[in-house]
Amino acid sequence: MVELSGGEIVIQSLKDEGVEYVFGYPGGCVLHIYDAIFKQQDVKHVLVRHEQGATHAADGYARSSGKPGVVLVTSGPGATNAVTGIATAYMDSIPMVVITGQVPRPVIGTDAFQEVDTVGITRPCVKHNFLVKEVADIAETMKKAFFLATSGRPGPVVVDIPKDITDPNVKVPYQYPAEVNMRSYKPTVSGNIGQTRKAIKLIQAAKRPVVYSGGGVVLGEASEELTQLCHTLNLPITQTLMGLGAFPGTDVQSIGMLGMHGTYEANMAMHDSDLIIAIGARFDDRVTGKIADFCPHAKIIHIDVDPASISKTITVDVPIVGQVKPILLDMLAQLESLDETFDRNRIGDWWNQIEEWRAVDCMAYDKESDIIKPQYVIEQLYKVTNGEAFVTSDVGQHQMFAAQYYPFDKPRRWINSGGLGTMGFGLPAAMGVKFANPDADVACVTGEGSIQMCLQELSTMLQYDTPVKVVNLNNGYLGMVRQWQEFTYKSRYSHSYMEALPDFKKLAEAYGHVGMQITKKEDVEPALREAFALKDRTVFMDFLTDKEENVYPMIESGKAHNDMVMAPNSKYKRVLA
Amino acid sequence: MSRQHIISVLLENESGALSCVAGLFSARAYNIESLTVAPTQDPTLSRLTLVTVGTEETIEQIKKQLNKLIDVVKLVDLSESFSLERELALLKVKKNDIIAKKIEDLSADSLALITDETDGFLVIELVGEKVWLDDFLASIKDEIIEVVRTGVIGLSRGERSLTL
Ligand SMILES: Cc1ncc(C[n+]2csc(CCOP(=O)(O)OP(=O)(O)O)c2C)c(N)n1
Ligand SMILES: [Mg+2]
Repeated sequence: MVELSGGEIVIQSLKDEGVEYVFGYPGGCVLHIYDAIFKQQDVKHVLVRHEQGATHAADGYARSSGKPGVVLVTSGPGATNAVTGIATAYMDSIPMVVITGQVPRPVIGTDAFQEVDTVGITRPCVKHNFLVKEVADIAETMKKAFFLATSGRPGPVVVDIPKDITDPNVKVPYQYPAEVNMRSYKPTVSGNIGQTRKAIKLIQAAKRPVVYSGGGVVLGEASEELTQLCHTLNLPITQTLMGLGAFPGTDVQSIGMLGMHGTYEANMAMHDSDLIIAIGARFDDRVTGKIADFCPHAKIIHIDVDPASISKTITVDVPIVGQVKPILLDMLAQLESLDETFDRNRIGDWWNQIEEWRAVDCMAYDKESDIIKPQYVIEQLYKVTNGEAFVTSDVGQHQMFAAQYYPFDKPRRWINSGGLGTMGFGLPAAMGVKFANPDADVACVTGEGSIQMCLQELSTMLQYDTPVKVVNLNNGYLGMVRQWQEFTYKSRYSHSYMEALPDFKKLAEAYGHVGMQITKKEDVEPALREAFALKDRTVFMDFLTDKEENVYPMIESGKAHNDMVMAPNSKYKRVLA
Repeated sequence: MSRQHIISVLLENESGALSCVAGLFSARAYNIESLTVAPTQDPTLSRLTLVTVGTEETIEQIKKQLNKLIDVVKLVDLSESFSLERELALLKVKKNDIIAKKIEDLSADSLALITDETDGFLVIELVGEKVWLDDFLASIKDEIIEVVRTGVIGLSRGERSLTL
């Protein structure tokens, strides 16, 4: 057996795990590990400019590839800077392994230089964490960390490693475990057959069924099965912000996103439905609106890998716990073996009703306007990229516009922080996407507020040559905050206006990239074409858009699905059924 | 609708495992009435008993969230079956006739022992169900100088058991 030091074991474990990239930032407590990185070539290290950037980049890498993202940071401030990105990954169930340096064992607990209780600080926002206490335990702990991060309901795992157990002078025999067995952790894989049978019965009997699918379908690689199920049964499907793309957004059976900024047809269909088939979705409050009025006429089937998601906020009738893919495969097999074939016209009346709602055209906006409308930019982005780009976003109005006006036909193409809503996510995430998909077009849709939260990663992107197209929808406002203030605080715009904005064009140029400022509507499409033609350059496009455009439809906090505020110029003002 | 539940948990005997349980309760705003923990016969496992109050839905969530913790190996809700619960209390009083009489009067199925007598002060050991302890301690409230309670532990009766 080979003998390796702790620092070498960390890196060798990554190699044996098949890890290609580590996003990190060095410091005192991880110097031994960095020295081990220096001495090999297989695991490539990406030096970010801020540890938050490392976590978001690893996250973007994971979301776009399905492989776990890996982060390496030092103790103390390195670890605390990483926390926002760890929490972001946790809320969206993204597989990630974060290695943090810790002060040497003899001084743990003495308020040593750059000591924080990393395991304590991260506990509420990780799937699990470890403080490794012996060199001999590093390899097995790494194995466990990857196993936990990627199995069951995925999530980030932190491995905190004291500096002294990475000492290059202390070598121990190394063998990476082939597998790991944890008596306390046995995630459910396949669903209960009796439950799926019940579910099929309900679907057969339903008159107004709706599929409501979420990020679990993307994470569970069950996009194909979901699509097949919906097609076989002619079911209308609405997807959550996290699920977009699992079912093709351009398919006629897709009725758009649901929830706070969902489409009129999706929210109305949910409200009037008699059967909700929830697949890999967790009844988030942005989706349900007022709990008491949620889907008042519907029975609910819920497929989810996490038992704790079942009946957490909404009580369901038929829970099916397990991985989405095998469960959907099982349902498809059962459907095939049925005597009668499914009559596609059986829910014809329901479809007629849905088409009526769809005809409201809830996403119409002022197309005649001379000023650049944010929606228009996204539509042009869709056109220029043939709908095939990976699109990351930050958080705010621009995020909703991207989700609404760029229909995704494939999973893992739409990458945003849905659960935590982390401004600053978009740019480093786009960089991570580019590492995983070097030949793909990658766009980052952002706002002038969000982009300034992790702007420094433009420097990393130059160093590692990861060309991304930044679409800055610059409305000069913290737009989403301003919208809420307009609606609920009589337009008292308390600190939602960003004065003294930088010249983004010059800023991009200062970082060595291409900068553009677009002020006229007719320049939008040409600018995008020019930018995407510059294959090997990062281009920052600063679009000066309508300052006070709002995101519609909107279900205000605490309201029901059928109580939407519609765009002022829409055929329907406030709609109340 | 809210009811008291006694939940027994087998936990990996790892540093940090107890914090995971305690952290879960504070993060999700569940209440803990009492919590006791000690290693089992198998030194790699701890057994934790916690008493919590909540509606059926809340208790269901608590159990699911506990099960989701990586270090939780197995758990049982003792309130769902025919089970036995005990709590131990130590209390200090000044030696006097009222107390001596009370201890004597206690019925046979309750355990009360004068464990120590030093300089005219008694340490009394009480073992019983929580409600009984509550009542008894209330009845001698004015005499008590100091009291310490372990929190409830419990075990199911008959064949059922919480083992690996
Ligand atoms: C780190 C962080 N801080 C604060 C918020 C609250 N917040 C949500 S949207 C938003 C405004 C975002 O402004 P901008 O990036 O310009 O996007 P816009 O809404 O204008 O499109 C704010 C402040 C947040 N989501 N994340
Ligand atoms: Mg803005």
